[in-house]
Amino acid sequence: MSALEVCDLTLSFGGISALSGVSIVAADGQITAVIGPNGAGKTSFFNVVSGFYRPTAGRVLLDGRDITALPPHRRPALGIARTFQNIALFHGMTVLDNIKLGAHTQLQTGLFGAGLFLGHARREEAELTRRIQSDVAGFLELDTHADKEVQDLPYGLQRRVELARALAARPKLLLLDEPVAGMNREEKQAMSRLILDIRRQWGTTILLIEHDMGMVMDLSDHVAVLNFGRCIATGTPDEMGRNQEVISAYLGEPGAPLAGQAA
Amino acid sequence: MSGLQVFLEYTLAGIATGGVYTLVGLGFVLVFKASGVFNFAMGDMMMAGAYTFYLCAVVFDLHWAVALLIAVVFSCALAWLIERTVLRRMMGQPVIAVVMATFGIGFVLRGIAAIAFGSEAYQLPALLPRAPFFIGDIMLPGKSVRGFVLTTGLCGAIILFLRYSRAGIALRATAADQITAYAMGINVRRVFALTWMAAAAIGTVAGVIAASVTSLTPDLGTIGLNVLGVVILGGLNSVGGVIVAGLFIGWLEAMTAAYLPGDIREITPYIAVLAMLMIRPYGLFGTRPVERI
Repeated sequence: MSALEVCDLTLSFGGISALSGVSIVAADGQITAVIGPNGAGKTSFFNVVSGFYRPTAGRVLLDGRDITALPPHRRPALGIARTFQNIALFHGMTVLDNIKLGAHTQLQTGLFGAGLFLGHARREEAELTRRIQSDVAGFLELDTHADKEVQDLPYGLQRRVELARALAARPKLLLLDEPVAGMNREEKQAMSRLILDIRRQWGTTILLIEHDMGMVMDLSDHVAVLNFGRCIATGTPDEMGRNQEVISAYLGEPGAPLAGQAA
Repeated sequence: MSGLQVFLEYTLAGIATGGVYTLVGLGFVLVFKASGVFNFAMGDMMMAGAYTFYLCAVVFDLHWAVALLIAVVFSCALAWLIERTVLRRMMGQPVIAVVMATFGIGFVLRGIAAIAFGSEAYQLPALLPRAPFFIGDIMLPGKSVRGFVLTTGLCGAIILFLRYSRAGIALRATAADQITAYAMGINVRRVFALTWMAAAAIGTVAGVIAASVTSLTPDLGTIGLNVLGVVILGGLNSVGGVIVAGLFIGWLEAMTAAYLPGDIREITPYIAVLAMLMIRPYGLFGTRPVERI
C-alpha cells in the first residue's frame, strides 16, 4: 500500500525543466529518502508534493486520491505536513504558538468564527493546547521552551520546533527537507532517533531529502535518486550503494566507500 | 489660567486627537503586517465609512448606534469587494504596483463621494455628547474625551485579538512568513481579505469620530497623510509603536498649537518623523530585519 504515489511528474519553468518523468512511491509507514546532487530537483519535487508548484505533467496521488491540482493550504487537512530546508518558523511568536499553527487546519471553527472568539472556538483551542503540550512538545522535549520566542532558541532547537509544528497536525505523510543540515554529529544522531521514534509512535509515512549519506543508509527503507531532474534509480539503500550509475552521479568517483560519507 | 493648567489642557486634548490617529494607524499596520502593502486608500475608506454613517444617521434618521453598525458593515463589504476585484488579482505583482493600485482606489472613492455628496461640509449628528469634561479645573471638549475612550477600547480589543485569537495568530503567521503560513494550511487569501475588512471597520469608526469633531467633506481622507507620519514614526509593523506614535503626534500638534504661531502645527509631525528616520530608520518600535550570516 502506498501512501504517496507520484507518477510521471514533469515540471518546467519556461524552457528549463526541473523535473522530467519522475515517478516515486512512498510506501505506507516507511521512510523513503530522496537523494541527489544539488540542483537535481529534490526540493522542486517536494514543492510539487506540498502544492507550491503545479506540475506541467504527471499526477500526485495521496492514498489513491488525485491531489495534483489541490492548492497548498488545502493539503495539510489531508495529512501532509512538511519542514523546510531553511528553517521557516514564525518569528516574533512563541514556540507554543508556532507549534499550534501546525494544527491550524485540524480545528473545526473557521477563521472568521475564531476571530469572534466564540466559546466553542475557545474550548477547541484549549483542547489543542493541552494535546500539544502533552504529546508533541513533550515528545520532542520542547515543553520547557514553550513560552520562549522562537528566534531566541539555538539552531538545533529551532529545527526541532519546526518538526513539532509539522507533527502537530498528526500528519499521515511527513516531508522533511534536509532535517539535519548544518547540525553536528550529536545533533544529527538525536534527530535520526527522533525520526525513527515518530514513525514508531504514529506510523507516519516519511519522505526525506538528505545529503548525509550515512543517515540515509541508516534510516531509510527505500531510496530514490534524482539527477538533473530525472529519477535514475530506486531501491533499498544497499542496492543504491552498489549501483554504479548512482555512485558516479552522486558521489563522483566510482568505487568510493559510501558509509559515513557526508555531503 | 495658570501655565501648568494650559499645558495639561492642551496635553489631554492632544492625546484625545491622537487617539484617532492611532486608530487609523492601526488600520495601516494591520494591512501592512499581513501583506506588506501600504494602503494609501485607508484615509478614503475612512471617509466612505463616515459618509455611510451620515447617510444612515441624518438622511434616514436612524439611531446613531444602528447607523454606525450599518456603516461598519458597509465598509467591510466595500473592502471585501476591493480586495476581491483589485488586490487579489495583483497577488504576486511587485509591492509598488499594489501600492499604486491603492492610490487609485483612494482617488476613485474620493471622486465618488464628491459626485454623490458635493464638496460642501456636512455636520454629523452629535455621536457623542458634547458636554465638556472636567478633571479638577481642567476643561476638556466632551467629544474628544469620549472619542478617546472609544478608541482606547477599540485598540485594546485589536491587541487582544492579534495576540490571542486564532485568526490573529494566523494573521501574524502570515505576516511573518507567507509561504510557510500557506504550507501550514492557512488560507492566506482569506487572511488578506480579513485584514482589509478589519482595517475598513476600524477606519469607519475613526472616520466617524474625526468627522464629528470637525466636519465631513470628501477630503476627510487626507487625515490619512498625517497618519502616514504616525505609522512611519511608530514602525510600520508595530501595533504598540503606532499607538504610542499616534498619541505622541496628537500631543505634539496640540503643543505647537498652544505655544507656537499658527501654521507650524501643520508641519511639526513631519519634522518629528524626519528626525526619527535619521535616528532610527525602522521607527520607534519597528523591527530591523536581522540576517544571520
